[in-house]
Amino acid sequence: MSEQTKTIFSRPEGLQETVTHYCPGCTHGVIHRLVAEVFDELDIRERTVGVAPVGCSVLAYNYFNCDFLEAPHGRAPALATGFKRLRPDMIVFTYQGDGDLASIGMAEIVHAANRGEKFTTIFVNNAIYGMTGGQMAPTTLSGQITTTCPAGRDVSQTGEPIRVSEMLATLNTPAYLERVSVDSPMQIIKAKKAIKKAFQYQVEGKCFSLVEVLSTCPTNWGKTPAESTQWLRDNMMPYFPLGLCKSPDSKEGN
Amino acid sequence: MAKVLMKGNEAIAEAAIRAGANNYFCYPITPQTEVAEYLAKRMPEVGGVFLQAESEVAVGNIVFGAASTGKRVFTTSSSPGISLMQEAISYMAGAQLPCVILNIMRGGPGLGGILPAQSDYFQATKGGGHGDYRLLVLAPSTIQEAVDLTMLACHLADKYRNPVMIIGDGMIGQMMEPVEFPENYTEPELPTKDTWAATGAKGRKPRVIKSLFLDPYKLEDNSVVLYNKYQQMKKDEVRFELYKTSTKNKVLIVSYGTMARICQTVIDELEEEGVSVGLFRPITVYPFPEAALEKEATRKNIDTVLTVEMSMGQMVEDVERAIARRRPVEFFGRTGGIVPTPDEVKKQIKELIKKKHGAKTRQSTTKSKKKG
Amino acid sequence: MPQYEVLWAGFGGQGIMVAGQLLAYTGIKEGKNVVWIPSYGPEMRGGTAYCTVVVSDKRIGSPIMSQVKAACVFNRPSFDKFCPKIKPGGLLLVNSSLINTTTDRTDITEILVPANKMAIEAGNVRAANIAMLGAFVGATGIIDPKNLEAVIHEKLGAKKAVLGTNLKVLAQGLEIGKKGIRQRQKA
Repeated sequence: MSEQTKTIFSRPEGLQETVTHYCPGCTHGVIHRLVAEVFDELDIRERTVGVAPVGCSVLAYNYFNCDFLEAPHGRAPALATGFKRLRPDMIVFTYQGDGDLASIGMAEIVHAANRGEKFTTIFVNNAIYGMTGGQMAPTTLSGQITTTCPAGRDVSQTGEPIRVSEMLATLNTPAYLERVSVDSPMQIIKAKKAIKKAFQYQVEGKCFSLVEVLSTCPTNWGKTPAESTQWLRDNMMPYFPLGLCKSPDSKEGN
Repeated sequence: MAKVLMKGNEAIAEAAIRAGANNYFCYPITPQTEVAEYLAKRMPEVGGVFLQAESEVAVGNIVFGAASTGKRVFTTSSSPGISLMQEAISYMAGAQLPCVILNIMRGGPGLGGILPAQSDYFQATKGGGHGDYRLLVLAPSTIQEAVDLTMLACHLADKYRNPVMIIGDGMIGQMMEPVEFPENYTEPELPTKDTWAATGAKGRKPRVIKSLFLDPYKLEDNSVVLYNKYQQMKKDEVRFELYKTSTKNKVLIVSYGTMARICQTVIDELEEEGVSVGLFRPITVYPFPEAALEKEATRKNIDTVLTVEMSMGQMVEDVERAIARRRPVEFFGRTGGIVPTPDEVKKQIKELIKKKHGAKTRQSTTKSKKKG
Repeated sequence: MPQYEVLWAGFGGQGIMVAGQLLAYTGIKEGKNVVWIPSYGPEMRGGTAYCTVVVSDKRIGSPIMSQVKAACVFNRPSFDKFCPKIKPGGLLLVNSSLINTTTDRTDITEILVPANKMAIEAGNVRAANIAMLGAFVGATGIIDPKNLEAVIHEKLGAKKAVLGTNLKVLAQGLEIGKKGIRQRQKA
């Protein structure tokens, strides 16, 4: 490299050099990168253990450059609980989708949050089951078409979509809960701040922390990446409002 | 150390601590809740980890996460709770994680009852969860043996990097007997955990603890690795006990756990009446002591093999397999929480002998007729 | 000594389980083999509670038995349930403070122990189980009363009032037990 050139963008140490399996336009890649950047900035990579879910991000361990456990469907918070209880000196995070966390794993996330387990959850909400090919999730919006609600989600039969962050915020136990989005550069910067804050709280041993990231699924939504981000803004954001849901520093959320 | 009178559940809990399994996760269920109550008090004293979780599904998976640290982890439950743990057990076997699981069995299926039974034999020895895996399964018949086997289980789990299950019926959990804990407990050397435990990727490549292998060749490879471990267990870990086996025995009883003790009383009482019966008691029910049983059961003097269980007959299939039709295998059992009394078992044996004797007489008559 | 099995039965809260455990502890002190087997489950919550204690010089096999050598019954339901479970030649100890009947069986020894009355007079109704324990040991002699005293001291506390009451009813119980056997032998 000559003296005139300068590296201004490179792969964070927290990510491995590998080819992605995620679909074009999928935002998992962006979220992975944000988490990895936080590893670097907080210098925690060498003492971090991730817990992968079942879902599209089941192979997250192929991308993150840290130790990983692969959990049964929905049980990542249980694995994280066991690990962190025995190794409070280490940094533990779960990376879960909405089917994994809000459907089959609802009991595990609620109780882990309520016990105030000192780990971090990155909760990727794209309102659909991705890996199995686009079925209805607990977060699927009213009227949204999926392969298991081909006429659109009928909330009179399947209930209203679950707002996980708000629900967890009702628990009395202190926690850091924030909903962010990765639909635009500005939102990505905000998401990074929230993810960093979540890990920072864990480093301090303060509380359970969860960042809900609104994400897209162009493949199963049947949209282009650009249409997808627009659909997220038009449909998801009104129902899943962005912002702080709960902070350990104040009893009330925003 | 002096002998102390302890309930099975409490003695097993203490044994786990003595063996260094200072990390315990639980959900209450009768008849094993005393383990949790005992360890809730005891773990803080030894600086261990105690946590009551929201369900056995969570407990199994918390154990999974905890075992990934490389530290010794222990959990206990009873039949319906063990069913809920099967998910995590299968994953841990696949990911080669050690842990010790105690099942104080109660009657089933379903919610069943809360009284002693041995009806989870299939679940423990044949799988329980999905996939090509096995557990090493130990079956104590006294409280002292429950202590010894709990400590051994901790060792064997680490030795094979595999979940080890201890199965005791409700009697083993609830009964009190004098026990002695070994002083200055030491174990044979174990392979290092530094090669697989998740400890942070410092100065090394990241490690992944997983049971997912999307490439079928890799999944098959993993299954072969597991299979080879189970073959090794069959070679090195088979344990059993013989009681009053001799060339005079006409009947050989095969029985384990509390049921085997009851059979010992039966054998003593029959001996006084001049009837010679021996007992073969498997201590490891997986690996099942098949070669040893075959040897004992096919001795010339043995007419009949009787399997006695607190179930509708589950181990009897392993007994039949081991003997491969070389002797008739009879079964007697009570289930649903009913523990057979020695008198009941005695009656069965007497009837068997009578039947056998009657049959022989008829046979010899036929023979002599032919001769004539 | 040959194997001895004794069943303790009564209402939850009458100290049934504790009486059985004290006997088991004393057995251990004397180097004997012991097993204490409880009933468990919903019946523990205020209903009938019972436990069996086996004491032997030899290895103890079955913890389950169709019949026992002795039963100490503290209430009427236990009397009705367990009286038929006593082996011929066996022993029945009846808490006569709460049970106003006696057995028709002539093949067993029945000893009436006014356990509640004794305990109340000694200052604490909770010592009824100790009165019964005393009578059982007096009648059978399967353990040394001195060792039982030491175990009671160790397990139930050295508080003067408690220990005083316990030792007093224990001594009275021992006498009732011994006397009961003497009378049976005369008869």
